[in-house]
Amino acid sequence: MNEHATILPILIPFAAALLQLAMKGYGIAAQRTIGLVAVLFGAAAAVWLLQLADAGNVLVYALGDWPAPFGIVLAVDRLAAGMALITALLAAGALLYASSGFDERGRHFHPLFQLQIVGLQGAFLTGDLFNLFVFFEVMLLASYTLLAHGGGLARTRAGLAYVALNLAGSALFLIALGMLYGTLGTLNLADVALRLQTLDGNFALARLACVLMIAVFALKAALLPLSFWLPHAYAAAGAPVAALFVIMTKVGIVAILRVQAIAYAPAAATADLLDGWLVALALATAGLAALGALAASRLRDLAAWLVLGSAGTLLVAPAFPQATVTAAALYYLLQSTFAAAALFLLADAIAERRGAAADTFQSGPRMHAPWLALAFLLTAASAAGLPPFAGFLGKLMLLSALRDSAAATAIWLVLLLAGLLVILALAKKGGQLFWVHTADAVAPAAPVADWRRSLAIALLVSPALLLALFARPVADYAARAAAQLHEPQAYISVVLGTTEIVRETRP
Amino acid sequence: MEALLAIAIGILSASGVFLILRARTFPLVLGLTLLSYAVNLFLFASGRLRMDAPPLIREGAAYTDPLPQALVLTAIVIGFGMTAYLVMLALRALSESGDDHVDAKEKS
Repeated sequence: MNEHATILPILIPFAAALLQLAMKGYGIAAQRTIGLVAVLFGAAAAVWLLQLADAGNVLVYALGDWPAPFGIVLAVDRLAAGMALITALLAAGALLYASSGFDERGRHFHPLFQLQIVGLQGAFLTGDLFNLFVFFEVMLLASYTLLAHGGGLARTRAGLAYVALNLAGSALFLIALGMLYGTLGTLNLADVALRLQTLDGNFALARLACVLMIAVFALKAALLPLSFWLPHAYAAAGAPVAALFVIMTKVGIVAILRVQAIAYAPAAATADLLDGWLVALALATAGLAALGALAASRLRDLAAWLVLGSAGTLLVAPAFPQATVTAAALYYLLQSTFAAAALFLLADAIAERRGAAADTFQSGPRMHAPWLALAFLLTAASAAGLPPFAGFLGKLMLLSALRDSAAATAIWLVLLLAGLLVILALAKKGGQLFWVHTADAVAPAAPVADWRRSLAIALLVSPALLLALFARPVADYAARAAAQLHEPQAYISVVLGTTEIVRETRP
Repeated sequence: MEALLAIAIGILSASGVFLILRARTFPLVLGLTLLSYAVNLFLFASGRLRMDAPPLIREGAAYTDPLPQALVLTAIVIGFGMTAYLVMLALRALSESGDDHVDAKEKS
């Protein structure tokens, strides 16, 4: 039974989506129940998988029992299992929030939501690059429809640009895969790593394929020249959808971390592939995001810019393939995901209580919700990187891990300045939301307190505090995950086994 | 044959990129379709071009690499679904704004 744990985080939401489609006629309550039960089971499966993966071995699941590199395998190390758990928890929060009414604003919300989880989990767990493409497409196709959920021209327009950009990105991904297969003759990540190490002669084409792959992941992760879609799309999406989308940029970041640590860094042909340019672009992304946060006119725009800022900060890490840097980046990734998702939900809850002013930074009616102000304060302080919250610890770990790196001065300077701008933006705009009132503004009828909304917000806000309280065990796990990621030989030998692979010489 | 294929891929992707940059929804859909044709041909070529060789392994007979054909098939199916959704989205944008520009404003 244990060996099937690997595929459960993909199978559970998939089965739930099919069941929801089949039970379409039974009303929204049935859809919600199936969805919530599925995310609970999914979270339990992810916890179980995390325990199994933490034993230290890479878990390999050969689909259809075809051995790698001929068949497609799922390869689960500590990083993949950890990401599966983050996805499951985030999905639980977002679905809980959506179940209080957002899901009725369009059709087929619940099956699409589950399929989006299928794509996300698959992208984290797979050990095959073409399979990664397929799961990317599953994730994207669901996200296209979820983005447009709720209707309105703003969403349609944002959706159009988002779909067109990602279709072009998929074309680029396929070109990269074709070149990789044409030069190396394999698409299994472990086998690609092995072949890159033994590549001799002219490896210009293989390098080009590898860097195209990075470009595709950088588009998903929103690295600077490819990042202008993000604030637009995320701010247009409905709050629970935007909260789930936060993990999508992380898919790109984890993919870059993984291919860099396992395949590119150990091979002589591609060891210097990310040198020089990645740090500069990542810092530029973080800087742009800080300026964007300062200029944002609505809280949801501000949250979208913060997603971009955390992506920029995180993308510094792959340029330094060392276990300490990766470990710090993983902790930062964890806390920034929950902080940004919580901010999207809070923006929605705030907009609901301010009538026409919604979540714009203009004076509006007084809100009578002290718990909302407290939740916002907690999330904003963590997102801004103020002690004693998780955001501060994450930034501290990342900066101290990068202390001895070549570009340390520039990294410290830009990240700290960007952090200062974000603090300014959050303080000024939070003050406008909560403290500046117009006396004659009509407050809307107080929305009915819904336990699902409160629980969802609590679930996504509390990590800012919990991750700081339990920083030691979480950081230890991140360190173990990073150490495992930076031992590519163990990964390769577990995935490929010990049998010699007979290769055909190609023209 | 290699030169012919390379030229075909080049022309398809150049036309595709040109049409995508037109910033109107219908040329955008056409451009992305042309681009996906170019990509499919490119994927096909990654298994090397061989004449008179089926993608089946038999004793002593010539065969071509079957994997790129499977990849192309997957890519075609996915691309088909994506294009259908994009067309639907473009129609919705047209009906909501009365304009087929990708940055169309609200209907006044």
